[in-house]
Order: sequence, then C-alpha cells, then structure tokens
Amino acid sequence: MTVAVEFKNVSRHFGTVKAVDGVDLAIAEGSFFAMLGPSGSGKTTCLRLISGFEKPTGGAIRIFGEDVSNTPPHLRNVNTVFQDYALFPHMNVRDNVAYGLMVKGMGRAQRHAKADEMLALVKLDAYGDRKPAQLSGGQRQRVALARALVNEPRVLLLDEPLGALDLKLREAMQDELKALQRRLGLTFVFVTHDQHEALSMADSLAVFNEGRIAQIGTPQDIYDRPATRFVADFVGSSNVLPPDLTRSLGGPSQWASLRPEATRLAATGPVTGTVKALRYLGSGTRVVLDANGTEIAAMVPAGQPVPAEGDATAIDFDRAALHLMGSA
Amino acid sequence: MTTAPAILPARGLADRLTATFWRHPRVLLALLLTPPLLWLGVVYLGSLAALLLQSFYSIDEFSGVVKEEFTLKTYGELLRPSNFDILVRTVTMAAAVTLACAVLAFPIAYYAARYARGHWKAAFYLGVMLPLWSSYLVKVYAWKLILAKEGIIGWAAEKTHTSWIIDGLLSIPGFESSSLSTSPLGTFMVFVYIWLPYMILPMQASLERVPNSMLEASADLGATRAQTFRTVILPLALPGVIAGSIFTFSLTLGDYIIPQIIGNSANFIGMAVYQLQGTAGNIPLAAAFAVVPILIMLVYLGIARRMGAFDAL
Repeated sequence: MTVAVEFKNVSRHFGTVKAVDGVDLAIAEGSFFAMLGPSGSGKTTCLRLISGFEKPTGGAIRIFGEDVSNTPPHLRNVNTVFQDYALFPHMNVRDNVAYGLMVKGMGRAQRHAKADEMLALVKLDAYGDRKPAQLSGGQRQRVALARALVNEPRVLLLDEPLGALDLKLREAMQDELKALQRRLGLTFVFVTHDQHEALSMADSLAVFNEGRIAQIGTPQDIYDRPATRFVADFVGSSNVLPPDLTRSLGGPSQWASLRPEATRLAATGPVTGTVKALRYLGSGTRVVLDANGTEIAAMVPAGQPVPAEGDATAIDFDRAALHLMGSA
Repeated sequence: MTTAPAILPARGLADRLTATFWRHPRVLLALLLTPPLLWLGVVYLGSLAALLLQSFYSIDEFSGVVKEEFTLKTYGELLRPSNFDILVRTVTMAAAVTLACAVLAFPIAYYAARYARGHWKAAFYLGVMLPLWSSYLVKVYAWKLILAKEGIIGWAAEKTHTSWIIDGLLSIPGFESSSLSTSPLGTFMVFVYIWLPYMILPMQASLERVPNSMLEASADLGATRAQTFRTVILPLALPGVIAGSIFTFSLTLGDYIIPQIIGNSANFIGMAVYQLQGTAGNIPLAAAFAVVPILIMLVYLGIARRMGAFDAL
C-alpha cells in the first residue's frame, strides 16, 4: 500500500487553542477517506494543513512520501473542492474549470478542450458558456469538482462539499462522488460533520474530537465497535450504557455500546422500563425506553406490533452485541 | 380556548394608515419618492439642462450680450489653442491624479479589507476619514506652506543633503519652478492628497466582498500571487476602482481652488469656468467648458462598461 497523505504527530495551535493536537494519520492511495467530527473538532484544519493554507506548529506532513512543510499551496499537487465552491463569478464555467491550466500557461484552445472534457465528466457539457450565478447549487458543486480535477491532482480534498445541497440532491451526489472516485482511482479526502455521509461513502474514516483523532477505521469498525463514548455518541443511534448498567447486565464496570438493531422488545429481559418516545422510520420503529433514568433505544421492524407511549416493556439482546469501550 | 376575534380592531391612525398602504402599495411608494424626485429632477437635472442650454448660446463680442440663438460657435471656441491647452492640461492632471491615487490606495484598501479587524479597522476608518473632516481650504493652504521653498520638505531635504532630489524633480520639463509649491508637481501632490480617501473607501468596500476562499481557490489551482492579483483580485475589485476613479477623476476635472493656490497658475477647466462666468461674463463659454468634464466622464464610463468593469456587480 502506498501512503498518499501521512501526518506524524501534527499539531496546529492558534495561541492557546489547540485546533489540531498531535494527530497521526496515514491515508492509503486510491482510498476514499473521510474526516468526521463536530464543528471545531479540527477536521477542516487538518484538510487545510494538507492543502497548505495552514502551517503545522509541530510535526510533519508528507504527501506521497515528500515532506511538504515548506511547500506553498500553489506548488502542492493536491486540489480542493471548497465548501462555498469559491467559483470565480467574473468567469464563465469553462474558464473557471480551465483556470488551473491557464495559470500553468496552457494555450487557450487546448485548455478549453480539456475543460470541456472535465465538464462532460460531471455531466455539465452544455453549461460551459454560463456564469456561475446562472447555475443551481448542485451544478456549481459539479463545476467546483471539475475545476479541482482538471489539474489531475494526486489527492482531491473536499471540504463539506455537499453541505449546502438539499437532502435528495445530496444523496444523489454521494453516489456520484463515490462512483467518480472509483473510476478515477484517485485519493479523496472528504471532510464532513454528517455521520451518515461519512459511513456510507468512506473506505475508512477518522473521527475527530477536540483536535485529536478519537478513532480511525473502516465504517464497520466505527459503527459496530466505537472506541470511546464520544465516538458512539457522535456516530449516533447506538445506545451508550454507563458502567453500572453494563455491570448489571453481567459485564465489567465499563462504558459499553449496544446497537438498537441488535435488540428486540420482549415480555421479560435484562433491561426493563417504560416507553418514552416512538419514532416511525418507515423500515421500522425506534422505541426509546426509560430504564431507571437511562435511555435505551430498540428497533422494532416494520410489521411487528409496536407498544404505546407509557407502556412497560423489556429489552432483550445477544450478550455478544454488547461492546465495551473507553470512557473518553 | 379564548374567543379572540379573527380581525383585530384598529388601534388608531397608525393602524389605519398601515392598512391603507397595505391595500395600495403604490401610495406609500409615491409618498416616499415624490420629494427626492422633485429635488433631483428640478434642482439637479433642471440646472444641468439650463447649463447645457447656455452652452449652445454665444456672446456678442462687442456688446458682451448673450445672444439666445442656437449655435455651435461657443464649442468651436474650446478648440482655440489657448482653451484647448486648458482641456488637455486638466485631463492629463486628472488622469495622473487618478492613477497615483489608485496605486497608493490599493495596498491600504487591501490591508483594511483582508487583515484589519476590530481596533485596527476603526483606526483605518478614522485615519482615512479624519482629513475629510477638516476644512478643504485649510488643508490646501497648509500644503502651500509644506511645499514652499522654506517649508518642512525643503528644510528636511537641506538637513539630509537630499535637496538635489527636489531640484532634479523641479528641473524636469513641465515641472520647472523654484519650489514645489509653485510647480505643477506640487499641484499634483496636493490633488492626490486631497482626493485619496475617495479612492480608498470604494476600493476597500469592493475588496471586502471578495471572499477569502476565492483567493485560496486560486492558489490551490496553482496560481502565483501575481496571477491571483491579475486574474481574480483586480477583476473583482474593478467596480470599486472604477467608482473611486470616478470620484478622483471628476473632482480633479472640476476643482478650481487647488491649481489657484498651488502651482504655476496655469489655467484648469474649473478656473476657466470661474473666471468666464465672473469677471469675463461669458456664461456660454463657461457652460461649454463645464460640459466637457461631463462628456469625458460619460466616455470614461462607456469604456469601463465595455471593459466589463460592471460585470461582477
């Protein structure tokens, strides 16, 4: 495996604020890597450290083995799709896409031909003559993508590129981005605060918390075996059990996570409580139980009877589904 | 459940007026627009029309009486060498002042728009605006003293043995004079000083609207600083530069005080207008002179528009 991007104990401090604090990271070439975390967790700063818009205050960053600590952004062979797209409003779409080639001195006819090729790749061949202001949000996003790809970068950085799109378009773009990444075999580094997006698109992902990586692994690792309480909480939908509850269920006195899908409602079970809330999700109903002050959710598949709010019921589950984790 | 009425009773005149405006939106618009339109239409454009009209009259050279007949004779007089020199001198000065203001203003405006925050921003606005609050005449006379042979610049040059720089500048053809305060170079310096804020402020406003991510995108795609400046910053800041240059250019075109106090007393358009409508009593020629800056500005805006200066608006 070739390592595309490597962080060795990288820090970026702004005064007393540790935006990125001692991060170690290795992103494999050709992989779709997601950086997931709440806002202010350091994921965007990490992306900007790769593109060169931030300088590390400690540690070393290597891109394909080369130390880039002293390399300015315009000499790094990586390109970025910006969160607000940052399309140049005074240029038409074709000139926007051809910009990277223009500043490298490529002739007009040649760069326009390449730009049109890129526009075809993102299915915008007919829009070359328009100004960015005449495009929809989704179309602008594609132009930004084409503009970043035209330089044939070795790593493509995407800073919450789908954040401004509505849900339906976002899902369509997720599939398209993934397909494009497979087709080009390019390394994508994708920053998002949306756990579903990260889990569904990435080959591997890093979960950030307060400038550090809380966990790094495949989506299955992260979802099934969260390393810490934070990861379980943030990646979401998993039940987080405090140590005394874990012990009462026969485990050690340690925080644990339990996926709702691994549970079932039963007349009797290790956890009993009253139904506090119901959320109909189409494919099933999420039932939240109040078990002596701890909220525990269970999934009832569609077609099975659902209790009413206030009913007393119990939850049963496979002991193997109980996953122990650190308290951080 | 309370049983409040679906329609609330009007509490007074204000409620009824608001209701009237809601039913007839144009009434409010008309009320708001009529006074300023009257002012603009009658006072501004009306006087401009009167001026334009006067410029097509001519003066009887013997009696000095204005003949109210349409003729282009007065405009013809503008082309006389002595008058044409005034036009060329004024336009050259206005262009030079505008260029110098643009070059000086850009770094200041760029810094203020990109980097200045909080107190520094306040200091910037204060620094730029403060000179505008003091009397124009006081500033011009102050400059006369500063630029005089015995003034602070001459004194400092003498003490630092750099008088040769000033002497050298004052021996350049066109600038020849015994001191800066009586040289066209002095006129130029004072014009630049007086009008600089009018260039900085619109420039800063337009630079502020260029998001940082756009400059980062340019660098990200491989552009050098110079390329980013030429292909991204300048085109996006152009409306501000044009707005600022409209101020500096037209203000220089019309000013008649600075060239009177500083410089070699060579005539400028404003001075010519002042003399012609006053002592000479030649209103038609004064009007014709006054129309020239308007025409120049229209041509200038036309060129700016064609160059795409307003595309990014």
